[in-house]
Amino acid sequence: MANHSDALAIEVEDLTVAYRDQPVLWDVDLNVPVGVLMAIVGPNGAGKTTLIKVILGLVRSAAGRVSIYGQSYSAQRRLVGYVPQRGSVDWDFPTSVLDVVMMGRYGALGWIRRPGSRERKLALEALEKVGMQDLAHRQISQLSGGQQQRVFLARALVQDAQIYFMDEPFQGVDATTERAIVELLQELRAAGKTLVVVHHDLQTVVDYFDWVTLLNVRRIASGPVKDVFTEKNLRLTYGGRIAFLSRSGDEPAETQIAPHVIEPEEVENGGTGIGERPIL
Amino acid sequence: MSSEVLEIQLIAIVVAVACALPGVFLVLRRMAMMSDAISHAILLGIALAFFVTADLTSPLLIIAAAATGVLTVSLVELLNRTRLIREDAAIGITFPALFSVGVILIARYAGDVHLDTDTVLLGELALAPFNRFEFFGYDFGPRSLWVMAAILCINVVFIAFCYKELKLVTFDANLAATLGFSPALIHYGLMALVSVTAVGAFDAVGSILVVALMIVPPITAYLLTNRLSRMIVLSGLIGVASAVGGYWFAHYQDASIAGSMGLMTGVFFALAFLFAPNRGIVAIARRRASQRWEFAQTMLTIHLFSHEGLPEAEREAHVNHLSSHLHWEPDFAQQVVRNAERRGFVRNRAGRLDLTHQGREMAQLALVK
Repeated sequence: MANHSDALAIEVEDLTVAYRDQPVLWDVDLNVPVGVLMAIVGPNGAGKTTLIKVILGLVRSAAGRVSIYGQSYSAQRRLVGYVPQRGSVDWDFPTSVLDVVMMGRYGALGWIRRPGSRERKLALEALEKVGMQDLAHRQISQLSGGQQQRVFLARALVQDAQIYFMDEPFQGVDATTERAIVELLQELRAAGKTLVVVHHDLQTVVDYFDWVTLLNVRRIASGPVKDVFTEKNLRLTYGGRIAFLSRSGDEPAETQIAPHVIEPEEVENGGTGIGERPIL
Repeated sequence: MSSEVLEIQLIAIVVAVACALPGVFLVLRRMAMMSDAISHAILLGIALAFFVTADLTSPLLIIAAAATGVLTVSLVELLNRTRLIREDAAIGITFPALFSVGVILIARYAGDVHLDTDTVLLGELALAPFNRFEFFGYDFGPRSLWVMAAILCINVVFIAFCYKELKLVTFDANLAATLGFSPALIHYGLMALVSVTAVGAFDAVGSILVVALMIVPPITAYLLTNRLSRMIVLSGLIGVASAVGGYWFAHYQDASIAGSMGLMTGVFFALAFLFAPNRGIVAIARRRASQRWEFAQTMLTIHLFSHEGLPEAEREAHVNHLSSHLHWEPDFAQQVVRNAERRGFVRNRAGRLDLTHQGREMAQLALVK
């Protein structure tokens, strides 16, 4: 693993988010060093999406403080790229792939100014990085799930951010796309970017990520995967609803747990999307 | 054409385009019914402003109407946010309440002025040229033409300047917020625009047809294109066509102009719904049918391919067996075989079917997929 500098990309202190008296996040502290590729894992309703939405200022917190490179999000928004869940937008919207990718430049453009040839060029480059350059002019409703995800990634790439937040980028994508996304994430980390990824598949955490936060309303643990991604912490995070299958192989046993959740449909908050209302 | 006829059509065109522009974003934001709510609820604002100014031509009426429109949207959202009432019901509760207060106020206190409820509901375009805009004794044309032209300009300017922001907020409000574009600002700006447009337009076409002009041309355009910019332009053009078509329909049928314009939007929608090149019913049906034939072709080649060279091939590859083995009606089977022959996938020798090289390739390709 690379040497992490002492600088913190993200600092979260005493963060509490509640929907009325239902806590969604309870007093979460989180320090994310610069240059890590971090997974946020936890059961459904653990507040993973809410956590990144609070950091991005999309959900109001009841208490706590968030800082990005030592300052508030609104002061640092140019440094942050966001990949929302694929299902959060209407893919029948009348627009093209290239147009959606160019939206990533809107923040840098500011109000009123129109995207021009420079934005177009950046968008085409980003599409090339995700292997979608041939589909630039396609209507977005004609894309497969994996292609939609690549478009979202390209849109985040053109933001040219220092920190990327990604909400389940592997959700419903085929194996080729998943592989391509992982390579892209690792390239970004190699370029010194910090990545925070809401992730569902516990089996791939060890292979894909170098840093992990285990979350279940409270922050259970956070740190390097090899220190934190342990059976004990996973039990604390998922309760009894987890089975550990030892992978057969020649590697040491303690890092080779391949856990999977038995009852993934269990929802902690007793509802869907509670506490994840955007501020509008 | 007399100047009056021309003026009425001009007003109708300007009203239709002014309504279609914000309508595009209402439709894309799935807020079509909000136009219904706003176009009715603004009556309360108009009535209240009228009591203050006692002047039906005061610009305060438009401002008050815009404020009532925004109030309506806020009330609907407030009710919706309690989670006790869903959005459709919240709309259904809010605007009749505001509208009925407006109706009562007008009926009770303003019965003797030109603000009667019939006009509010249906408008009267034919009378519009009688209300002139005069300045220092010069006649500058119908007043409502000037009012609507001004509103159209506001709409064009707002959409031209905030096109990128409107697009972003409509497509992905979360991303817009993280990039620093306030979705709420754009949202309420658009709602104010809808309200101002509705108050200007209802004078000419009435509050019910405002809804038709705001919603139907954009939905029709949505079926015809998949680019936002083209959707906006097409909506305007369909609005213009409805206005002119509606006028002449009313002229020859001796019917209400506003009603005929509404009817025309419906006619254009029906045409697009049936015959739109990609999304129309006919195009979809044709696509399904061709997929069915295509699939049958592939099925035939795969069937022949998997029995090719085996002892049972003689029986399996016979035309007469297809209907029982592939569950095809005999007529359909004949047709599929004829098509396959024509396209060079099979050779038919007295009912015994053999794959050609091309047909074998097609089967292999389909199996690999």
